[in-house]
Amino acid sequence: MAQDSQKLVHKVQLPAQDGAVRALVLTGFGINCEEEIAAAYRLAGAQATIVHLNQVLHGAVSIHDFDVLTFPGGFSFGDDLGSGVVLANKLRYRQTGPGGRTLLDDLKQFVADGKFVLGICNGFQVLVKLGLLPNLGGDVTPEVTLTHNASGRYEDRWVRLRVNPLSKTPFLKGLDVLEVPVRHGEGRLVVPDAATRGALEAAGLNCLSYIDAAGDGTSEYPHNPNGADLNCAGLTDPTGQVFGLMPHPEAFLSAFNHPDWARRRRQNPGAPEEGEGLQIFRNIVEHIAQKHSVLAS
Amino acid sequence: MTLTDLEPTTHTIQLTLKPGQHDGDGHRVAAAAARHLGLATGRVRTAARYTVRYGALSTEQLRAFATRCLADPVLHDVTLNEAVAPVPGFAAYILVARGPGVTDDEGTSAQNALADFLNEPMDTRTQHIFSKRLYLLEHDLPTTDLRRLAEELLGNKMINRFEVGRVADGIRDYTPRPGGGAEAITETISLNGLSDGALVQLSKDNIYALNLEEMRAVRDYYASAETQATRRAQGLPADPTDCELEIIAQTWSEHCKHKEFSAVINYRDLATGEEKQIDSLFKTYIKDATSEVDRQLRANGNDWLIKVFSDNAGAVRINADSLFVWKVETHNSPSAIDPYGGAITGILGNNRDPLATGIGGARLLFNTNVLCFGNPAYDGPLLTGQLHPRRILEGVRKGIEDGGNKSGVPTVNGAIVFDDRYRGKPLVYCGTGAVMPMQFAGLDSWEKKIDAGDRIVMAGGRVGKDGIHGATFSSIELDESAPATAVQIGSPITQKLAMDFLLIAARRGLLKCSTDNGAGGLSSSVGELAGISGGAVVELEKVPLKYPGLRPWEIFVSESQERFTLVVEPARLAELLALGQEMEVELTDIGHFTNDGSLDVNFDGQPVARLALAFLHDGVPRKTLEAEYEKLAATEPKIPGLRDYTGTLRQLLGALNICSRESVIRQYDHEVKGRTIVKPLMGATGQAPQDAAVVRFNFESWEGVAVSNGILPRYGDLDAYQMSAGSFDEAVRQIIAVGGKLPNLTPGDNIFWSVNDNFCVPDSVYDPAINPDGKQKLAKLVQMCEALRDATAAYCIPLTSGKDSMKNDFKADGVKISVPPTVLYSMTAKMEDVRRAITSDFKEAGDVIYLLGETYDELGGSEFYALHGELGAQVPRVRFAEAKALYTLIGQANDGALIQSCHDLSDGGLAVALAEATFGYGCGASVELPETALPLATQLFSESHSRFVATVAPADVLAFEALMGGRATRLGVVTDDGQLTVRYAGQTVIGAPTTALRHTWSNGPVNQLLGVDELAGFGESTGH
Repeated sequence: MAQDSQKLVHKVQLPAQDGAVRALVLTGFGINCEEEIAAAYRLAGAQATIVHLNQVLHGAVSIHDFDVLTFPGGFSFGDDLGSGVVLANKLRYRQTGPGGRTLLDDLKQFVADGKFVLGICNGFQVLVKLGLLPNLGGDVTPEVTLTHNASGRYEDRWVRLRVNPLSKTPFLKGLDVLEVPVRHGEGRLVVPDAATRGALEAAGLNCLSYIDAAGDGTSEYPHNPNGADLNCAGLTDPTGQVFGLMPHPEAFLSAFNHPDWARRRRQNPGAPEEGEGLQIFRNIVEHIAQKHSVLAS
Repeated sequence: MTLTDLEPTTHTIQLTLKPGQHDGDGHRVAAAAARHLGLATGRVRTAARYTVRYGALSTEQLRAFATRCLADPVLHDVTLNEAVAPVPGFAAYILVARGPGVTDDEGTSAQNALADFLNEPMDTRTQHIFSKRLYLLEHDLPTTDLRRLAEELLGNKMINRFEVGRVADGIRDYTPRPGGGAEAITETISLNGLSDGALVQLSKDNIYALNLEEMRAVRDYYASAETQATRRAQGLPADPTDCELEIIAQTWSEHCKHKEFSAVINYRDLATGEEKQIDSLFKTYIKDATSEVDRQLRANGNDWLIKVFSDNAGAVRINADSLFVWKVETHNSPSAIDPYGGAITGILGNNRDPLATGIGGARLLFNTNVLCFGNPAYDGPLLTGQLHPRRILEGVRKGIEDGGNKSGVPTVNGAIVFDDRYRGKPLVYCGTGAVMPMQFAGLDSWEKKIDAGDRIVMAGGRVGKDGIHGATFSSIELDESAPATAVQIGSPITQKLAMDFLLIAARRGLLKCSTDNGAGGLSSSVGELAGISGGAVVELEKVPLKYPGLRPWEIFVSESQERFTLVVEPARLAELLALGQEMEVELTDIGHFTNDGSLDVNFDGQPVARLALAFLHDGVPRKTLEAEYEKLAATEPKIPGLRDYTGTLRQLLGALNICSRESVIRQYDHEVKGRTIVKPLMGATGQAPQDAAVVRFNFESWEGVAVSNGILPRYGDLDAYQMSAGSFDEAVRQIIAVGGKLPNLTPGDNIFWSVNDNFCVPDSVYDPAINPDGKQKLAKLVQMCEALRDATAAYCIPLTSGKDSMKNDFKADGVKISVPPTVLYSMTAKMEDVRRAITSDFKEAGDVIYLLGETYDELGGSEFYALHGELGAQVPRVRFAEAKALYTLIGQANDGALIQSCHDLSDGGLAVALAEATFGYGCGASVELPETALPLATQLFSESHSRFVATVAPADVLAFEALMGGRATRLGVVTDDGQLTVRYAGQTVIGAPTTALRHTWSNGPVNQLLGVDELAGFGESTGH
């Protein structure tokens, strides 16, 4: 089946411009935030390409032609068996090439090449279930999990996050506090033991925390919408190249996405029309562009 | 095929939470059992079970699959093929499985995971893995209590199978064996010489839902010499086949054919003696009215009305490049008997309408929904087969959550209306807006063109017995014998894959056109499309089935979900099929279109149906119905000496129909796609209710659309015309409030409006025995339609699509519960720049507060009277000319950016609107009401239409007042003291902290019932 369909897939046009940052955004099987993520990368100056996961699995598209790979939010495989589980399973086990090669092998190579991976919401869940996050042991086995919110329900609400100053991921460079919506039912990070918790904290891999009105990390609902361990909303791997978070920065590309935009713009009519969430995409695109220019010079 | 798996080895995998892991599900079951059923379960532990029925799997393979794919290493312990070991401390159990053939997405996902894990070709399209849930209860409850828990809390006996009992007696498992149990044979049914009584009985026995006259028309068609000769010549039996009668029944169903909206109606007003004959409600009040609006629009250079009433959804032009497609439908009957399944298939089914308009492949932009329920705290008796309103509410809510969220379509707004007359049949209105390019591969996207020779391709899900007779079932009153096959569970993931596929197929020019498979299944979709080319041939044996054992006619009329019928030119077929394979969407070529004037259905080369399209589409006899209007006496009540206006305001804010719906709203994703600008709740608090949603179309421009819903059923008890007119006005003014503008005010302004009307009424066909007040009900429907015609003409706002649901009655145990006559107007209007949208909440201290529009002595049907158990008489009337003039002025004020906040007045009147406007930031307001002829209570609580509370910055006051003239009444100012103060005649009549008012509103009965309250128990040890 894979061989037949390969011929018929429209080969993705790869960016021609030298030096442009190339972002690959995966879709298919219930992923549903690909359009706004592609828009985020474009607004940040990158070239964004949306491809169906099967185009990658069947070899029509190679992730290695891109600088940053994104797993968007959504409900891959309907969240059946647990959020992200079936998609992670596909990446880990579905053979894509000779010798039993899988897409996970390519992902490991991608990270080893110094490239970047972002997972948002369901994409974060996929990275965690795969073991790419937090990957303390370096062997890509699941070490923590994301499961049902303490409230037992899916919720859409805006939260405030603080960036862990210890975090060294370029995605969060220069950011301290940001507001973004969460939209999930299974976002509660469970860290199984004190040793793992300690290792995460020591390395600053718990890069984002839910905070309360006073700006302090909190386990209180609804500021912490899911009851996550360490009040944690996002993780990176030890390299900082792989970053995942439950909230949706791509839902705050415009100032007019914020629930209080009308009053804020009244008070500050000259404020930028850009949303705070875009900064994460600007950060990574600028970081990659800088790397490119260093390599070029 | 499943046929090869004669007796495969069965394995069962069970996942339990590791000791110390929080069992949230178990905790909630225990809490809900205590709260809603009064059952003390003690602690509850849950487990997931998967029964695997694939032939050649070894235990080792299964064990590896279970531990590496199904189990979460952090959360779960795995057992394989072990009898469920009794867990110390747990006495009773409930196992919840699905019935045979019920959609099991979890099982299917496990099949996909297994195929990925093994890297072997496997059949993942029919069911081999069956998911179940096991609940262990601490207390030794008797079987009757366990059954109650199972049937009333954990599942629905229409779709689930339960095993319950003592753990000590051993835990019984259940795994469904899907199969239709029928041979693929076709029978004939003789109508020849049947008496009237026998014809009616036949219709009833087979759920044809055809009346005597219609049955006679069918009998006479077959008896005619012409039909007989044709059938002989074609080698067909003289008598109709079962398949033919089913096709006729589906096509002629009220659901599909709208026979009552097309009927001749003799209308008599008993008071005035006026008599008139109405030649079809649809034609007279909807189609002709829209044609007139279109004429006026075009005369003024506004030619954006592209497609009305002729496709799955209406289409209007946004700009030179794109169309906006908009459809709202109801899914009431299924939601009454299986609320979750009914609502999820409602939303997914409604999504398929814009998806399959014209060529197909529109991009869905948003969902909206309006729900009508009985009081969830209802404590009266339930009839046989009737579900409690709370269960209906919770099930419907969950269905909308999964239907919208899992499809990646934001639910941007909606409404919930409570009235105990909806406790038999709830109303579930689902709406979807979408955007489609003007052209796909050089062809006009909205056109449906079909030529003889084009292939018929079925796409998406498979066919099973689920949903057989949905169209006819919804066309009759609901009673205790509702068929289990009328229930379906949607599969959002199946539809999402099909939707992604359609988008690409359309853009590559692979589709000639498409339609969805909804009511009536293939019989309706192919039957309707065949009307375009002039005929079709279907080879039914090619249709892929979920399981074997369906009769041919069952395959043809099954309403199994998530299916599209695609029309494909033969030259494009190979490329289309390859794309389907790549995107894992099952496509099957099941026949072709012809132009010979007939619908031919074969099975394995043998004809099972052959019907002349002319008879099928135009042979249904026209109904003649009687309407008689008698105005019922109504009087204004005397409300005894009101003193505590603050207390009354608080009562209103906590009233079932006014209080916050936040607990519901937050479980819908209202901002996926990143384009929602005005959400249901806004402000710094996230608790300021808004009037209409605003969504931008894309990230490249600021153009967008405002979305609103108008529904006011309780006014219909006083005046059906004003109820309908008021509902229309409510939807219009909500869009005006958020900054929308009326259409056609200036030549070529290109501000599209697109409205869907949805009538949901009780049985309105007079019958002296079973429906003695049918004439009065029909008269009300006529009046509702007259108001609709007048409203569209007054505002020059066109209808583009709509629906009518005519039998919203629930009958059981000799009792009938009928909904009040209800109409919903769902409106959309173009916003040229979403950044100019206006929200409802007060923004800054010092801003001046105005009442826009006029208050009348119109407390009839108000929430204020309802507090006192009264209905009153003086219902709010819509004054169209005055309303239009005001809306035009407000549009001009917004052009000048003069308005800072604007909130429309509705339930609870001015007092409630003022309070709600403070909820966004905790602002206060100081208001002085004018001393007019109107009593204070009327000023505060009258629900007169076409009014707003708006604020204006001090610098803009002069310009604003000059523009608005007498239409704006200055009420006071926004303050920063956090107090709502209303004075009248020198006295403070309302005084309260706005945070306290918000607290009352936020802790009303809806959030009390559905809010997050289980958190208190979180972290408690669960037994280890």
